[in-house]
Amino acid sequence: MADAVPVVKLEGVRKAYGTGTPVEVEVLHGIDLELQRGEFVALTGPSGSGKSTLLNIIGLLDRPTAGRLLISGRETGRLNDTELTQLRGHSIGFIFQTHCLISAFTALENVMMPQLVASEFPNDAIRARAEELLDQVGLTRWKDNLSSNMSGGQQQRVAIARSLAMNPVLILADEPTGNLDTKSADGALDLMRQVNRDHGTTFLIVTHSMDIAHRCDRIIDVVDGQIVN
Amino acid sequence: MTNWVPFEWTAAIRFLKEGRMQTLFIITGVSIGVAVIVFMSALLSGLQANFIKRVLTSSPHIQLIPADEIARPLRGGAGIIEAAIVQRPAQRLRSIDQWQKVRAQLQTWPDITNVSPSVSAAALAVRGAASRSISLTGIDPEVYFNIVPLPDYIVAGQPRLTSDDIIIGLDLGIDLGVTVGDKLTLTSATGASRVMTISGLFDLGNKGANKRVAYVALRTAQTLSNLAGGVTSIDLTVRDVYAAETIAQAVETATGVQADSWIKTNAQFFTAVNAQQTSNTMIRLFVGLSVAFGIASVLVVSVIQRSRDIGILRAMGTSQGQILRIFLLQGALLGFAGSLIGSALGGGTLVYWHNALRQADGSEIFPLILEPQLFISAMVLAALTGVAAAAVPAMRAAQLDPVVAIRG
Repeated sequence: MADAVPVVKLEGVRKAYGTGTPVEVEVLHGIDLELQRGEFVALTGPSGSGKSTLLNIIGLLDRPTAGRLLISGRETGRLNDTELTQLRGHSIGFIFQTHCLISAFTALENVMMPQLVASEFPNDAIRARAEELLDQVGLTRWKDNLSSNMSGGQQQRVAIARSLAMNPVLILADEPTGNLDTKSADGALDLMRQVNRDHGTTFLIVTHSMDIAHRCDRIIDVVDGQIVN
Repeated sequence: MTNWVPFEWTAAIRFLKEGRMQTLFIITGVSIGVAVIVFMSALLSGLQANFIKRVLTSSPHIQLIPADEIARPLRGGAGIIEAAIVQRPAQRLRSIDQWQKVRAQLQTWPDITNVSPSVSAAALAVRGAASRSISLTGIDPEVYFNIVPLPDYIVAGQPRLTSDDIIIGLDLGIDLGVTVGDKLTLTSATGASRVMTISGLFDLGNKGANKRVAYVALRTAQTLSNLAGGVTSIDLTVRDVYAAETIAQAVETATGVQADSWIKTNAQFFTAVNAQQTSNTMIRLFVGLSVAFGIASVLVVSVIQRSRDIGILRAMGTSQGQILRIFLLQGALLGFAGSLIGSALGGGTLVYWHNALRQADGSEIFPLILEPQLFISAMVLAALTGVAAAAVPAMRAAQLDPVVAIRG
């Protein structure tokens, strides 16, 4: 029964900027969407179509102007900022296009970060979990390197490991391969696919690349703030 | 990353370490500011202590003297015309009424440490054809030496005062051509005369005092001044020299005897001390402000530089409170580190200065007072200033919209 509950459910989600001002602009016009557990979904669309806004709303970084958003069946509209932050920290992992690591920390510490934020003090279990994740992405050798001493591909793999640290039900990736060469991009995508298969984690990947989109289970095409396909 | 260090502390320290040059410059700035504060505070308290010591070396903290005599004209009856002028009477040498009772009363006060009755009178010291007018003080050595440590200033002979002994200043001895063991004649204003033996010579470090002041036993002074059993003043010392005026007023109210504190009798000096303290406080305040603005400006820049990091941390579930603490801690750490170096720098400079600058005779210009309290308060204040200075940038960081922050 639990699997039947969608990981993400959007009902009539709208987002407008400059509400109540003469320059009010609505960028999302009533989005209805469901993502099931274990899905590997691409979110495509031209620049300015509202993909990133939709991703930020699903990632609880932004609030919709209207409509409902449920994460694993939990209504998010009435949660305050602290509750949203906690839900985000425990349920959602992020992979960003650039500047994905915190440069003051090593690769291992970056992977430990989500758990550290939640538990305040580091401990051996957190360290062991981070090492295990780094091992999964094949970066054990580089665990003590600062991000400035790692290639773009390696950094993105660390970011993938970090996004898994809290065992989230959902991982949101914003152009995760946008800054990588073809080989590194393939490697990163394969890794995400493997995580998806092994852990049943739902992925929503924003991409401009149709090649990457076609390697996903489903493609959601957003044009002018509406899902067209 | 250590297990006992909380995440916020680790993040604050790492951010400071990463912006090495910025951190180094601002810690240097804070250090210089704290060094100035520590140096000035310690120097001024040393100088003040020295001044106060000098002022209070040869005088009591409070002196009780008989109230001035005033004329009380008898008003005539009807039809008599009286002149409006009432001439002030000349103040004759008088004793304090019931001084033994006043002394006994004051000896029970916890704020008062010493009570010493004395007789002060003008006299003429004569040796052969030479004579000098002197200020004669009759004292009870056992108590008076607790107030004015005369034995410390004795350069020849003994601080001994039997009924025929007199202790005089070094310069008076030179003027009269006498030394320890020699005799001189004392003639008081009442006409009484007595031959005294010089038991000691003192040097108070003040030529005027060395020429003018002479000490005899209380009974001798009473006899010479025709004040059998009386005293012209009661000298007091108190625990807190700065509370002398308040205590003097309380003494006056309790005993009915006029009480003058050293603060009142050295009003100009005390004003100078106060002015010095005020200017020191102002300098400390402005240095503190410049330190605070320095820290704030560095952290404002740091928040802008780290907006993406803040965005990523927020996306990972970091609360606004945690972000706030990371930046407040950076302010506190900058203030604390600067105060550590600054305290060492300020204290070191003062020690160097104290050793390098000496008076002609090799003695110190000012006493070196480096109280641990000063360093502790400087460190605590600097850390608090750092936190206060970091408040605005930290709030800005905490309130950053994660979406905007990640986008940069």
